[in-house]
Amino acid sequence: MSNTARYWNLFRNGIFGENPVFRLALSLCPAVAVTSGVKSGFLMGVAVLFVQTMANVTTSLLRKFINPKVRIPTYMFIIATWVTVTDLAMAAFARDVYAQMGLYIKLIVAFAIILSRSELFASKNKVVPSFFDGLGMGVGFLLALVIIGFFRELLGKGSLWGIQIIDTKPLLIMILPAGGFFAMGILMGFFNWIDIKFFGGKGASGAGGSHG
Amino acid sequence: MEFTKLFELLIAASLINNFVFTRYLGLCIFFGVTKKMDTSIGMSVTFTSVMVITGALNWLIYKFIMTPLGLGFLEIVIFIGVVACFVQAADTIMKKVAPGLYYKLGIYLALITANCIILAVPLLNVSEGYNFIESLFFGLGSGIGFSLAMIIMASIREKLELADVPISFQGLPISFVVTGLIALAFLGFSGLITL
Repeated sequence: MSNTARYWNLFRNGIFGENPVFRLALSLCPAVAVTSGVKSGFLMGVAVLFVQTMANVTTSLLRKFINPKVRIPTYMFIIATWVTVTDLAMAAFARDVYAQMGLYIKLIVAFAIILSRSELFASKNKVVPSFFDGLGMGVGFLLALVIIGFFRELLGKGSLWGIQIIDTKPLLIMILPAGGFFAMGILMGFFNWIDIKFFGGKGASGAGGSHG
Repeated sequence: MEFTKLFELLIAASLINNFVFTRYLGLCIFFGVTKKMDTSIGMSVTFTSVMVITGALNWLIYKFIMTPLGLGFLEIVIFIGVVACFVQAADTIMKKVAPGLYYKLGIYLALITANCIILAVPLLNVSEGYNFIESLFFGLGSGIGFSLAMIIMASIREKLELADVPISFQGLPISFVVTGLIALAFLGFSGLITL
């Protein structure tokens, strides 16, 4: 397989095959917490995309020097460093959004998806494939957040990216905390249904995901 | 007067700003272990104690080491290090001192290290500017709220096993919808105390 095709496959895997939110059911907290609007979901996705890609690249660069016995703590510190960078940058450049989602930006450090990609992929592969794997996972995460945010903001406020589109608020409940859980459950069920109906899957997405 | 304020903090942390239902933290653990009642009780006990202790520990470190040295910006790196060290130490000590308890709760300890709900307590303590006693009560309240959520969810899910759920909604999707309904009920607490 040529290199380009291989990288494209890695990239695509993160978006469709192993989408972090809908398929692996990892890192659910932010998927519900910051998706009351498209904009905050998008910014959160960008933050995760950045941290995931940089953590993957760093881990991959250092993989020959990391003693296997202390690899998990080392990965944690690499991730924590990049999260701090993101946190400070966000606090400086996107103040209004940071005020409501600062806590979740800091908690990117505890996302299972980032640690699991470092452990499963970046620690065994060269820099360039790790970069594309991180990019794919990050974009998959970003897309999932934007999709959830799209439905919640449109139904809850009748607006998109803060711009009013329809005059009414069809389902106010969608922007309340409870609505996040409903939106997530219904979308997950919908993706399972598509999987069963058109791709012959078993519809057990997320049955295995359970950590952090 | 002081006591009233602490009590309010406890109620606010456990019911009004419940970690699971209004702050959306610890969802992975919440959905992962609430399939059985006894696992969720064990998990709740372990989580509550770790939250109180690491919250207090991190408060001391933040106040007496990080603030004087101007290291506030390193809070994420340091807090996660402290939590990881504490969990490892608790694991070793418990194995030696209380083996019975270790075999009951030890498996949950290993899962805690990188959990957002544990890390959120010290981060919130810092951003809300709580003093030492307040941060103890905040940790306790959050722990109680999380335990309450876990136990409610576990008892519902035990019944859910017998229900006839459409195939594409089995497992996680229906759990999310159920959680949404509980969150709606918890919304009723929001007017209880005005802080």
